Amino acid sequence: MPDTGIGASVRRKEDQRFLTGKGRYTDDLNRPGQVHAVFVRSPHAHATVASVNIAAAAAAPGVIAVLTGKDMEADGVGSLPCGWTVTDKHGEPHKAPDHFPLVRDKVRYVGDHVAVVLAESAIQAKDAAELVEVDYQMLPANVDPSKAMDGPLLHDNAPSNLCYDWELGDQAAVDEALSRAAHVTTVDLVNNRLIPNAIEPRAAIAEFDTGTDSYTLYSTSQNPHLLRLILCAFVLGIPESKLRVIAPDVGGGFGSKIYCYAEETVCTWAARKTGRPVKWTGERSESFLADAHGRDHMTRVQLGMDAEGKFVAMKVDTTANLGAYLSNFATCVPTYLYATLLAGQYTTPVIHCNVKAVFTNTAPVDAYRGAGRPEATYVIERVVEAAAREIGVDPAELRKRNFVPPDAFPYATPVALTYDSGQYALAMDKALELIDYAGFPARREASKAKGKLRGIGFSAYIEACGIAPSAVVGSLGAGVGLYESGQVRFNPTGTVSVFTGSHSHGQGHETTFSQLVSDTLGVPIENVEVVHGDTGSIPFGMGTYGSRSLAVGGSALSKACDKIIEKGKKIAAHLMEASVDDIEFDQGTFRVAGTDKEKAIGEIAFAAYVPHNYPEDLEPGLDETSFYDPLNFTYPAGTHVCELEIDPETGVIEIADWAAVDDFGKVVNPMIVEGQVHGGIAQGVGQAMLENCVYDADGQLLTGSYMDYCMPRADDLPSFKVETTETPCPHNPLGVKGCGEAGAIAAPAAFMNAVTDALGTEDIAMPASPEKVWRIAQAAQAAE
Amino acid sequence: MYEFNYHRPASLDAAASALSGAGEGKIVAGGMTLIPTLKQRLAQPSDLIDLSAIADLKGISEDGGSIVIGAMTTHAEVADNATVKAKIPALADLAEGIGDIQVRNRGTIGGSIANADPAADYPGGLVGLGATVRTNKREIAADDFFTGMFETALAEDEIVTAVAFPVPDKAAYAKFANPASRYAIVGVLVSQGAGGVRVAVTGAGPSVFRVTEMEQALASNFSAAAIEGIAVPADGLNSDIHASAEYRAHLVGVMARRAVAAAG
Repeated sequence: MPDTGIGASVRRKEDQRFLTGKGRYTDDLNRPGQVHAVFVRSPHAHATVASVNIAAAAAAPGVIAVLTGKDMEADGVGSLPCGWTVTDKHGEPHKAPDHFPLVRDKVRYVGDHVAVVLAESAIQAKDAAELVEVDYQMLPANVDPSKAMDGPLLHDNAPSNLCYDWELGDQAAVDEALSRAAHVTTVDLVNNRLIPNAIEPRAAIAEFDTGTDSYTLYSTSQNPHLLRLILCAFVLGIPESKLRVIAPDVGGGFGSKIYCYAEETVCTWAARKTGRPVKWTGERSESFLADAHGRDHMTRVQLGMDAEGKFVAMKVDTTANLGAYLSNFATCVPTYLYATLLAGQYTTPVIHCNVKAVFTNTAPVDAYRGAGRPEATYVIERVVEAAAREIGVDPAELRKRNFVPPDAFPYATPVALTYDSGQYALAMDKALELIDYAGFPARREASKAKGKLRGIGFSAYIEACGIAPSAVVGSLGAGVGLYESGQVRFNPTGTVSVFTGSHSHGQGHETTFSQLVSDTLGVPIENVEVVHGDTGSIPFGMGTYGSRSLAVGGSALSKACDKIIEKGKKIAAHLMEASVDDIEFDQGTFRVAGTDKEKAIGEIAFAAYVPHNYPEDLEPGLDETSFYDPLNFTYPAGTHVCELEIDPETGVIEIADWAAVDDFGKVVNPMIVEGQVHGGIAQGVGQAMLENCVYDADGQLLTGSYMDYCMPRADDLPSFKVETTETPCPHNPLGVKGCGEAGAIAAPAAFMNAVTDALGTEDIAMPASPEKVWRIAQAAQAAE
Repeated sequence: MYEFNYHRPASLDAAASALSGAGEGKIVAGGMTLIPTLKQRLAQPSDLIDLSAIADLKGISEDGGSIVIGAMTTHAEVADNATVKAKIPALADLAEGIGDIQVRNRGTIGGSIANADPAADYPGGLVGLGATVRTNKREIAADDFFTGMFETALAEDEIVTAVAFPVPDKAAYAKFANPASRYAIVGVLVSQGAGGVRVAVTGAGPSVFRVTEMEQALASNFSAAAIEGIAVPADGLNSDIHASAEYRAHLVGVMARRAVAAAG
């Protein structure tokens, strides 16, 4: 089946419903008797809540209840937990302040949750929310992460607003190597804070069934089982068997919908308390204020080289802003998903990274498309490019001198990871060809003749996807395992239902997984149905993030298919009166080797469910589940090259060309992969050129709408030249690596290296806004 | 949004009486600013008077040497109109660059100028082309119409009915758009016609303004080079996270030169 199998650009099955308006999102759902929740949010960044007077709001028309943190406290509702314990450089666990869904006595960022109003209509709830009287005693705000440790204290149990001071690598060896280096390049970098902006804002509906004492929560989650686990085990104390979490169609996540937030927690709790289903649909303004933000690092990096330009050591010192509270995985992003990637594609023998993670009066920060890896790539690729310029070596050539060579795998980096495979120079060479690197000097001259500044920039990135294995992440502090489940169920008439723990919210799993199962089992793709997103119907799964779905979830399905085939062989052997060892399976047909006897897999499935003629020692049914725990991360890598032109008169940047050569291992659906690369680059360019989350000194969010927060649009971007190289992952059954985050990881450094190339200075922070660019261009012209 | 009474009068007189009869009446044209403001509960009018049913307020016609655009004409209609494109292409270009396609299909010229957003494009267009605003009570020269940030010469019960644009000999609009909102950080409309040379700047200051020094220089030599050395002071210009006053002042010069070059 070459047209629908692995490697075919099959059109997305899910698009029939999405493109015809038949998608079913959380806000499309309504439950009989539901009430609407509106949250009273803090207008202040930092204040003590002296009192909350709900009397007027409670008496307003249509109001069912007005609930506060005191009510949650009285009901024993716990704190929203952080799921990863980072041990600091002194051996102490990170500081884990309480994070109650509704505050008890203090607000810590604008948008923090003070109370919830439940009413018959959303309008009535909104009206009543304005009547809740909160007595705020103002405290000075602590907003700037560079000064956070000396600023006003957010949490009593986090002195100096420090969550942890953590390190990785051999500092003494790095210092020694840097002291002997022929050249040391130093760069100061800011990785700007981003607001995720999935197209569908978060939403939740919770209901409680008094007949069964059980809850159902519909929520915009990337990982319904994880949400259930957190809500039950850590926050609400509900038996897991009594909470069903359904994440129906979800319009994008980019990480922001991994977490257990206050809103769905409150809805679930309040549904039982009021005896009414509780619905909350976030408005875009609420998304800006209170979805977990991304990035927000400040870093000094030093790269030492010998006289031949070989990297001898790298030292990285980072301050990471975690916001006001710890979101579920906030602690691991600037540590195990960041410092461990700092070797990049290079053989740098010693690396040391120190990370101070601080609290500020801003929205919590957590994983956002790439999560730590874009930050690492940005650090490495900016300093490598700067180093090449400082020592006068071509930046592509300097990279090639330092790449981990293809024969060095498995390659153990000095920052804890072991890379499994890669052909870094191959991707670089392809990218140079795609962008016509040789022709760049002429294009630069042509731009100059028009009064424009042209630049070219590289990003040879690596990422670690499918975070694993569980035993390792557990030893590093993870509170969960990171396997995935897959269940493949033949129905009696030969169609296949596939159940996966990987949630699809834009990735196209329903197509990719169908291709995988269809190809493996030899069943037509239209006979394969993928089910996901419902804890009531799928086996326990860990969800979708970190580009893990195909490498981990797909591998689980592949293993489940293997079990189906294994059992099918026993049934086939019985039906064809042959030995199991003689049964061969190929493209949906079981054959007795060396004969013309064969049975189609559909016949085997029918026999399994109508077992009139069936092996005595075999259970009926053809329904297999596999849990796959990877042996290692996968390591997608590649080179992106950005070429752009700057108008020095206005500071406007126009991206002229973009070449992306990525190695994702085996590719199941090239069209979907290309789409992921396009989206990732757009997001990365968004960060580097347009997007910026800005708080003022008082902690008010200045970029709280699309009027001020600039998302990338099609006309900001060129037509990308996208190609892949294929170095299969050696340790998962499919040879796949993951592609969802690569663009967002690679793009910012490629873009900024092109900007700095054009401007002739390293001293410009993301986003490279027109005014910043103009000021530098003006200063350069004045100096000439 | 808060509750309000909704009116959709079929005539201008009915609209005027609905407005004067309302406690806190507000006119809604395209609603591109008002509706988001209401949704965010930043305004609480008692009555909304929707002008969309008044046929007299729509359409584009020629009146002597002027192009007359009804107040309820959308930006998309102005951008696509053959007469506007032929007679005042600068105005069609300006309309084509407003917001996005959704905004252009809903937003109207009357709504835009009555709102008088300092970053809107039309104030630059009206002042730069020396237009006249027609209301249900009188005619107001564009130079007198925009009186400040979100402020106009309109009386409480006065409704814009049309804008008359004299056809210039040449004109062009150059805009530096806010990358996020696509409002004008700086927009400059330059024209030359019977009334002389006009250089009007929107987006840069609290309200649209003319740069007389540039107008004088262009009157004797209509070329980008003629205004090369003329700097607009940054004092009093807008400053925000997207652009400082100094940058805006610089952009006024750049956009003015580009407009002059485009006008030919």
